[in-house]
Amino acid sequence: MVDPSQGIDRVMDILLSQGVVAELGERLESADADVVDASGLIVSPGLIDLHVHLREPGGEHKETIATGAASAAAGGFTTVVAMPNTQPVIDNPAAVGFVLAEGRRCGLARVFPSGAITVGSKGDQLSEIGEMVAAGAVTITDDGRPVGRAGVMRQALEYALTFDIPVSVHAEEVELSRGGVMHEGIISSRLGLSGIPNASEDVMIARDLLLAELTGGRLHIQHVSTRRGVEMIRDAKARGIRVTAEAAPHHFTLTDEAVARYRTDAKMNPPLRSEADRDAVRQGVRDATLDVIATDHAPHHYDEKEQAFDDAPFGIVGLETALGLGISELVEKKMIDLPTLIDRMSWSPAKAFSLQGGTLAKGSIADVAIFNAEEEWTVDRKRFLSRSRNTPFDGWKLRGRPIRTIVDGCTVWQARES
Amino acid sequence: MSAAQYAPYLGKDLLGLEELSREQILGILDTSEPFKEISERTIKKVPVLRGKTIVNAFFENSTRTRISFEFAEKRLSADTVNFAASGSSVSKGETLVDTARNLEAMRIDMVVIRHGSSGAAHFLAERIASNVINAGDGKHEHPTQGLLDMLTIRDHLGKLEGARVCIVGDVLHSRVARSNIHGLRKVGAEVAVCGPKTLMPPHIEEMGVTVFRRIEEAIEWADALNVLRLQLERMTAGFVPSVREYNRVFGVSTERIEKAPRDILILHPGPMNRGVEIDSAVADGPHSVILQQVTNGVAIRMAVLYLLAGGKPDTAEAAKTGTNL
Repeated sequence: MVDPSQGIDRVMDILLSQGVVAELGERLESADADVVDASGLIVSPGLIDLHVHLREPGGEHKETIATGAASAAAGGFTTVVAMPNTQPVIDNPAAVGFVLAEGRRCGLARVFPSGAITVGSKGDQLSEIGEMVAAGAVTITDDGRPVGRAGVMRQALEYALTFDIPVSVHAEEVELSRGGVMHEGIISSRLGLSGIPNASEDVMIARDLLLAELTGGRLHIQHVSTRRGVEMIRDAKARGIRVTAEAAPHHFTLTDEAVARYRTDAKMNPPLRSEADRDAVRQGVRDATLDVIATDHAPHHYDEKEQAFDDAPFGIVGLETALGLGISELVEKKMIDLPTLIDRMSWSPAKAFSLQGGTLAKGSIADVAIFNAEEEWTVDRKRFLSRSRNTPFDGWKLRGRPIRTIVDGCTVWQARES
Repeated sequence: MSAAQYAPYLGKDLLGLEELSREQILGILDTSEPFKEISERTIKKVPVLRGKTIVNAFFENSTRTRISFEFAEKRLSADTVNFAASGSSVSKGETLVDTARNLEAMRIDMVVIRHGSSGAAHFLAERIASNVINAGDGKHEHPTQGLLDMLTIRDHLGKLEGARVCIVGDVLHSRVARSNIHGLRKVGAEVAVCGPKTLMPPHIEEMGVTVFRRIEEAIEWADALNVLRLQLERMTAGFVPSVREYNRVFGVSTERIEKAPRDILILHPGPMNRGVEIDSAVADGPHSVILQQVTNGVAIRMAVLYLLAGGKPDTAEAAKTGTNL
């Protein structure tokens, strides 16, 4: 059992009862309990992904809340936070309630809604943030686009303080990234594709860190992809600014070279960047500058990705490869140990968004991931539970495979025998 | 014959000069030499590609390149069909992949594609068995233009190795520039670029070129200038403040050319904006080889078609008289 919240990394038993962790210890006995033999496997708190796009309502051909929650469970995730950039945008309490209810109805991973910072995510007028929090939103974000106006961002950080929720930001200065479809560098120049410079992300991270300092607000920076971004967040944390930040598995695994031959499954925003940037993201995960690993799971229909590179949409699916990439790219390569990885995927995200779970402490919710940290498996996107297949990792051999996912004390997903 | 002798000289497709070897590039230039003569005949037709069907799929407007390809195809006796995006099923929302599959289903031998998106030719080539020739994809490559520029320079300088060629102007948006850079560097020419930094691709030096900020320095250095078209919409996008200022700072004028230390060649891939990137006196003057580029374009395209159809450089002369490749 590995539970970073309690510093546990040893062989032991756990008893789940009535939806909570009832007991932890050696050789626990319970006359009427179902016994799951996890010998040789890792038992950890259920994984938490603070950044997924479930596409419902409006994009059901890409994903639904039910298929997304199934994909999450198959990746070892017991909680996901759904981004509000659906059609219509989740910018009111009724829409928040819909996501929450739909998530509960499918009974797989827990689905927490986020609400838009501004009405329609247009960047102008604040949404009814308090109403959305009351309806169940755990953060506010205009993800997919930045809050362009600094004054509106300041208001959002200040206003959200009343409800003590983080304001999550997609950091991009669109004046610098307009028309860009991949990282700006020698590869974009060779391919003749318009670039998204690091500066477009860095400028916005700098602005929002300054605004967080000014307001004392809780800032959460999504999918950090640049070296300077990581450095600025590290400095900000050292100065006591309230900021948390994400690293996406593709950003700590790949570089812009993956775009060669115009592979649209390597097109996402922020883009895959240089080796120096990728290494900085890894370092950020290691020293907890980037507190959490979040997938930015962004399903798209294959028709949409089967286009010229300029025309294909941004984003890749990530829920079913995240744990394997974390173990293969960070643990196997000695960047971090397994408990640290589990921390970045459970306890740290729970703290960042003040969510239940992420821990197996006695009395906490009975959300558990069981996985084989040693097993090597081959990614086969045809077997994804997600409705979409847009991954650059198809055919990759990864180490670390989810075996069983338990939510609220019930098994919601189990691996087929390998 | 061994299998190697049957292996296509260029592979299945011609997508860019970046992926060709020095030998392949020189092979295309050499193959074009015997084909030049066909266009000088009274009856401009040889049976080299008799029975082959070729579609010229132009998703973006082009007059010069399309006509040049069409003449090359017709003079080699291929059956050709032209296809333009406007008025086609593309304007009714058909996707590129469906267009490709439909062309394929008609059992065509080759597709010449011009498209506004970089990588469109790769996209097509990966999905259909026909030979694909890139006639310009977005800001990526325009390999036959690069080849005809090289042929024209070689005609005048005698060799490409050691030749100093400077590409002037909007390199950022130019597929011609990228094909020139790759092709010329592979055969041992020295390549430079010159223009405002707003119109230079980021990290361009890493492609192995010298960067000149001032046109005067470029002219002093170069054996040949390849002057790129400045599209007028670049002004509104803020890349340069005005046409007048661009002409004053970067325009290739007689006054500037006269200061060249050697007999400089002036190329332009067309269409020209007279009085903007190039003054009329230069375009029409003794240094200009612009119309020869156009003539060479047909020969280069014949050579490419012939090689993709299975021909070899050393049998091109013989192929003109018979139907055998």
